Amino acid sequence: MTALLQPRATVRSGRQVRHRRSLVVTATLAVVAFALFVLTMMVGDYVVPPLDVIGSAFRLTDDPAVDFIVRDLRLPTAAAALAVGLALGISGFVFQKLLGNPLASPDFVGVSSGASLFAVTAIVLFGAGSLVVSASALAGALLAALAIYLLAWRDGISGYRFILIGIGVSQLLLSLVGYVITRADLYEAREAMTWLVGTVGQAGSGELRTLLVALLVLVPVALVLERPLRALELGDDTARALGSRVEVGRLALLAVSIVLIGFSTAVAGPIMFVALIAAPIAQRLTGPAGGVLAAGLVGAIIVLAADLVSEQLLPTSLPTGVITGLVGAPYLIWLLATVNREGRGG
Amino acid sequence: MTLTQPSAAAVPTAPRHRSRTALATGLLVLVGVLAVVCFFSITLGSRGVGLATIWRAFTDYDPSSASETVIREMRVPRTLIGLFAGAALGLSGVILQGVTRNPLADPGIMGINAGAAAFIVFGIMVLGTQDVSTYVWFAFAGAGLATVTVYGIASLGREGATPVKLALAGAAVTAVLTSVTSAIVMTNVEALNELRFWQVGSLAGRYFPVFWQTVPFLLVGLLVALGTGRALNGLALGEDLALALGQRVRLTRVVMFATVAVLCGAATAACGPIVFIGLVVPHVARLLCGPDYRWILPYTLLLTPTVLLLADILGRVAVAPGELQVGVVLGVLGAPAFIALVRYRNLAEL
Repeated sequence: MTALLQPRATVRSGRQVRHRRSLVVTATLAVVAFALFVLTMMVGDYVVPPLDVIGSAFRLTDDPAVDFIVRDLRLPTAAAALAVGLALGISGFVFQKLLGNPLASPDFVGVSSGASLFAVTAIVLFGAGSLVVSASALAGALLAALAIYLLAWRDGISGYRFILIGIGVSQLLLSLVGYVITRADLYEAREAMTWLVGTVGQAGSGELRTLLVALLVLVPVALVLERPLRALELGDDTARALGSRVEVGRLALLAVSIVLIGFSTAVAGPIMFVALIAAPIAQRLTGPAGGVLAAGLVGAIIVLAADLVSEQLLPTSLPTGVITGLVGAPYLIWLLATVNREGRGG
Repeated sequence: MTLTQPSAAAVPTAPRHRSRTALATGLLVLVGVLAVVCFFSITLGSRGVGLATIWRAFTDYDPSSASETVIREMRVPRTLIGLFAGAALGLSGVILQGVTRNPLADPGIMGINAGAAAFIVFGIMVLGTQDVSTYVWFAFAGAGLATVTVYGIASLGREGATPVKLALAGAAVTAVLTSVTSAIVMTNVEALNELRFWQVGSLAGRYFPVFWQTVPFLLVGLLVALGTGRALNGLALGEDLALALGQRVRLTRVVMFATVAVLCGAATAACGPIVFIGLVVPHVARLLCGPDYRWILPYTLLLTPTVLLLADILGRVAVAPGELQVGVVLGVLGAPAFIALVRYRNLAEL
């Protein structure tokens, strides 16, 4: 309201300042993510200097010894961490804006549980290889999301109904996951549990390539859809008045978000909390003008850092998901507390 | 919720009020149903047992008879644990829904069972306790901590603990606890093997020691819970009115949450985390007997074990000679009920 009373120039300069801040922060996040990406490939039993890593990873130089370490051993994990983090961050951002609740995350509302049930079933009952497990995970995420969407549909989708039904469906799917795991022999049960915790260390090249292609296609789509997303944030009626086709826009955004989470779960399993916490962190850094890209980069930074901690700093390497869970827990509680105090959690 | 639709819960003498005699008769019928279900819980199973054998198992026990041993050592404790755990989960659900005035409050959804489960795993793995009498305390601590955390988180902010906030906080805390539990268990294959059977929620393989260790806590918890009817009726009028009527609202809340922690902790220690039953059955009880908590509590006390034992029997019969754990059966049956509640009931009704 006060903006109306101010001279137009002040408004415009205020907007420019906000945009400049968001641009600077996003660029900085990109630099940090890239640095962590390179660092992941530098360290290990044999330390490779940063320039050699960059040269080898981007195929600018040719040194068989370095190439073996960088391209064959370390690049897949680093690329998986980067891509999975990006996908989770973007997906979480879209989900939270769409459902109008900063606590909603695909982790909790059934999408990841769908992926888990299908993947665990593939591992335990069919002894499937990694490609089939990944395909199952993707199918499970899509089917769960579709089921929740249909069950929550009642003259449109409301955020709270989607969240609550998602949580209900998630409980159902998780009890089935538990049952499937009791049916397994111990070796398979262990494999399934490892997959359930989520790790970027064992990504297959096929799934990784699929995720990278998906990112190349979907990140631009998400950037284009950012405008209707902002309109939807204002509420359905306002969005409609602004000329948005509400349900189509919402469906497209949900689809982008779910396909991203499905592909990333196929690569690394359900890595908890990244989708939940990336967007609020990004928002805090960039201010209100920040968007999809910043959230994705924060996600990438979290996963790369978690992978570094698990591989380099801990005596025994734990799955990436355990690290994000342990780091995410206290942050999450703090986030829930502050978000609720501001009355945005309802 | 508009003014043209007054909430039944807000007015104790609303149209759904039933006569005292009818309500008491209903209770007697439920006792009968529960007795029949208990009988089937003892007789039905992968090993068919005749009535004569059951009689002998109690009057003239012959330890060398496999059938009689199954009855005495497996079916009877299983049924008793089902009775108590069911009652505990049901009354916890009633109290949680009443205190939070939230129709979707449930010990499973709110992460309370997960809290108890995580602490039990922690106790077994890190401190090496094997003894139920020790780890039941871990269960209470975990359940209590989860209750306080989830309710505390959810009730911050202007609107208080709305259904969405409570469910999200519960789901989030459950996820945190699960990932910590996994981290502990991944390092030990034997623990993983134990955990995977325990984590689904089951009445199978729970023998008399478990029962005797948890039953004193359950009894005390159930008695206290049954006495909360008046206080819950007061809270249903809203905090301000309850205060005006002379209720000590804050103290009541503390006592009720403590009761929930004891009941859920003991039930989880006895049969693993079980979801949905504490949510759905109180709603059924409310449908049967109206909005007065002094009747909802005993109705739930009888209905929940009936449902739990029926689900357990169903799991034994459905895939015989194998069995579906009761947690799985309730997950599959409870989810549609939960979804129906979300879709068709006015969420502001409590």
